[in-house]
Amino acid sequence: MSRQNWVLIAVLVLLALVPLTGSRYYVFLLTDVLIFGLFAVSLNLLLGYTGLVSFGQAAYFGIGAYAYALLIKKAGLTFGVAFALTGLSGAAAALIIGFFCVRLTKIYFAMLTLAFSQIVWAIIFKWNSLTGGDTGIYGIDFPEFIGSKTKFYYFTLIVVVVSVFLLRRIVNSPFGRILTTIRDNPERTESIGINVKLFQLLAFIVSGFFSAISGGLFAIFNHSIFPDFCYWPISAEVLIMTLLGGMYSFFGPMVGAGVLLYLRLEVTSYTQYWPFILGSILVLLLFFFPGGIVGFFQDQIKKWRPSK
Amino acid sequence: MILQVKNLVKSFDGFMAIAGVNFTVKKGELCAIIGPNGAGKTTLFNLITGHLSMDKGQIVFNDIDISRLNAHKVCRLGLGRSFQRINIFSRLTVFENIQAAVLTHRGKSFNFFTPVQPLFQEETHEILERVGLQEHQDEVSGSLAYGFQKQLELGIALAMEPKMLLLDEPTAGMSAQETRATIELIGEIVKEKGLTLLFTEHDMSVVFSISERIMVLHQGKLIASGPPDEVRANPEVQKVYMGESR
Amino acid sequence: MNFDFSFVAIQFLYGLTNAMFIFLIASGLSIIFGVLGVLNFAHGSLYMLGAYTTYQCVSFFVDSPGYFWWAVIVASVTVALLGGIIERLLLRRLYQHEQINQLLFTYALVLILSDVARFIWGVDQLSVSRPAVLKGAVEIFGQYFPKYNIFIIFLGPSIAFLFWFFMLRTRSGRMIRAAALDRETLGSLGVNVDRLFTVVFVIGSWLAALGGALVSPVVTIRPGMDVEIIINAFIVVVIGGLGSFWGTFLAALMVGTVYSMGILVFPRLSMIFIYVIMVLVLIIRPWGLLGRPLQR
Repeated sequence: MSRQNWVLIAVLVLLALVPLTGSRYYVFLLTDVLIFGLFAVSLNLLLGYTGLVSFGQAAYFGIGAYAYALLIKKAGLTFGVAFALTGLSGAAAALIIGFFCVRLTKIYFAMLTLAFSQIVWAIIFKWNSLTGGDTGIYGIDFPEFIGSKTKFYYFTLIVVVVSVFLLRRIVNSPFGRILTTIRDNPERTESIGINVKLFQLLAFIVSGFFSAISGGLFAIFNHSIFPDFCYWPISAEVLIMTLLGGMYSFFGPMVGAGVLLYLRLEVTSYTQYWPFILGSILVLLLFFFPGGIVGFFQDQIKKWRPSK
Repeated sequence: MILQVKNLVKSFDGFMAIAGVNFTVKKGELCAIIGPNGAGKTTLFNLITGHLSMDKGQIVFNDIDISRLNAHKVCRLGLGRSFQRINIFSRLTVFENIQAAVLTHRGKSFNFFTPVQPLFQEETHEILERVGLQEHQDEVSGSLAYGFQKQLELGIALAMEPKMLLLDEPTAGMSAQETRATIELIGEIVKEKGLTLLFTEHDMSVVFSISERIMVLHQGKLIASGPPDEVRANPEVQKVYMGESR
Repeated sequence: MNFDFSFVAIQFLYGLTNAMFIFLIASGLSIIFGVLGVLNFAHGSLYMLGAYTTYQCVSFFVDSPGYFWWAVIVASVTVALLGGIIERLLLRRLYQHEQINQLLFTYALVLILSDVARFIWGVDQLSVSRPAVLKGAVEIFGQYFPKYNIFIIFLGPSIAFLFWFFMLRTRSGRMIRAAALDRETLGSLGVNVDRLFTVVFVIGSWLAALGGALVSPVVTIRPGMDVEIIINAFIVVVIGGLGSFWGTFLAALMVGTVYSMGILVFPRLSMIFIYVIMVLVLIIRPWGLLGRPLQR
């Protein structure tokens, strides 16, 4: 087994042991980090692996959250069915929206994803009778077999680990390799016989699926949901997490989510000017650490071990 | 007849880039297309490989009408292509570049869950060796020297096991020495694999050294076609070329 | 629902006023994108700062005659200079980076500037009273319509026309248009591209700040106005065509009136309707109604 896998297992064991410390703070924070980490990793399938700047990823997060809440509360489905459909709802939305988006490139692609996510937001915001409009949906309880915050933490851990495992398999598969060739050079990829638009669409769907899963988890975690889940600042925030951690490394976005959410929790207990801090972090990042946290450390390691 | 181009027309904003081009290429032939800058050579290539759509005309490759096919489909039929500007996957290693092409050629690109690294090691290494890049296989291709990047491009095209190669200025930007080495390499590979070659080139000594037939493109039209000596002696070609170089 | 003609007409005029504000903001956004290739999220923040600074200047100058107009000028120029400083010191260094980095940098500015405004002016809603000359209303179709809004409806096209004249007839204007079309050759023609970029960013910032300054008497000045306007400005620029001046004007008219009229007809759907137009434009003509395809 490779060294990276040993490190991952060690991290996983540590994460599994966290609730034993009895700290509600860490259980809360880490649940949040795991959920947004999955969201960021799924965005990064587009950003870092396929070279598509999606500025509307909040749409699938929000769709996942609303799909789960509505399926449980309005359709009265059982947890398992509802949760499975949550991911599929994101994939279905990504299929429809992505079909149009992948025809465009670069900045136009980014704007179309943004425009579609705003439509999703506006529909949820205005469709009072179904979504509760501005007030959102309250009282989303833990499913029966979960019952406590600690149990939900373990549930989240399992879902996220399985999802991330699948995503990692995908990026290390032939399909994932082709995505990276599209990122580097779509025109050339076409000339090795790849239907680039189709591959981009598939990546979009996979990303939408896992974004929706993270949205569903967040709905349960938060017990209530609002239209703001699909509003564009959420799309921006998950982009920042991804860049903060490093978009050219698989686990970078996870690290970014962890650092950002930890800082937010700490900073907001001292000052109300969190946006200012976040903006400043982002500026520092863009100017001094364009490879993100993981990229920075990878460069340092390369410097110290020039032999490899 | 491996490639037939009939009455090809393409205009941009009213400008006739290709104004009715006709030619054929026989299987195994080594053909060059020359012409002054702006004659339409790259446009012609883009039309053949489906990177641009034509206004009028027909292109038949290997008895299949490819006039309306997308680039990725044309490529799968065995028409390999290299580009004038460097066109590689610059964040990937040299090995990964070639392997990606092998993967799609072998129809494995739709595999979502198999680890990619061990696949087609042998085939990939064979190509790396063929284009002389085996020592650089783990380097990130974007940081390679220019000449190596060009070789890598050729390698990517070869990985598709094409029946015919379209090379757009394969030696653009190379030193005289690199140019000679590259041309020798291309010549060897083409003969060894029995490929058909159609290429554009600005360096006349290269053109006359390896082509069996030369076509001259001028203002979107073919003004001459024939063996090197005949084309060299053609008065119209001389007028176009000498006029430009002075 | 029963609405008579005069009510609809007045509603239309309000829409027109709105359209002119959106036009001011969006034209700045459009020119910056056209020349620099940067989609400036912070454009709405400059608009917000324009409004806040106007409020501040008004309270400084309140005793002098014509204080509102002085406030508008001082505020818009100050914010325009701030824009110039940002371009010179920071944004400039990101031109070589990927587009996503520029986008996120301007988003960082949104976050920072919103908090700076909150720090200086608090979270209360502030207001500026209309200048003395334009107080009161005129009767149109038996309904009252504020004089100030009429002023804006005329000011919008005037600024548009002046701007168009500047772009078409002056050397700087021609340079800017050339830069929007082809950046590489401009440098080789001996134009100081660096300075041109700064100038364009200052002009764009000034238009945003001017919009904010002029809007201050008709809206409440409050946190969040930056984010609200930027989305509308984006929509307008996308529909009209990134970098296309008349496209921006046309689209601003469309969006402004669709909002105000849409509220009469489908109160719930007018916002969705605008987004749908934007999506359709992007799908059918990604370069906008009057724009031209760009290789970006």
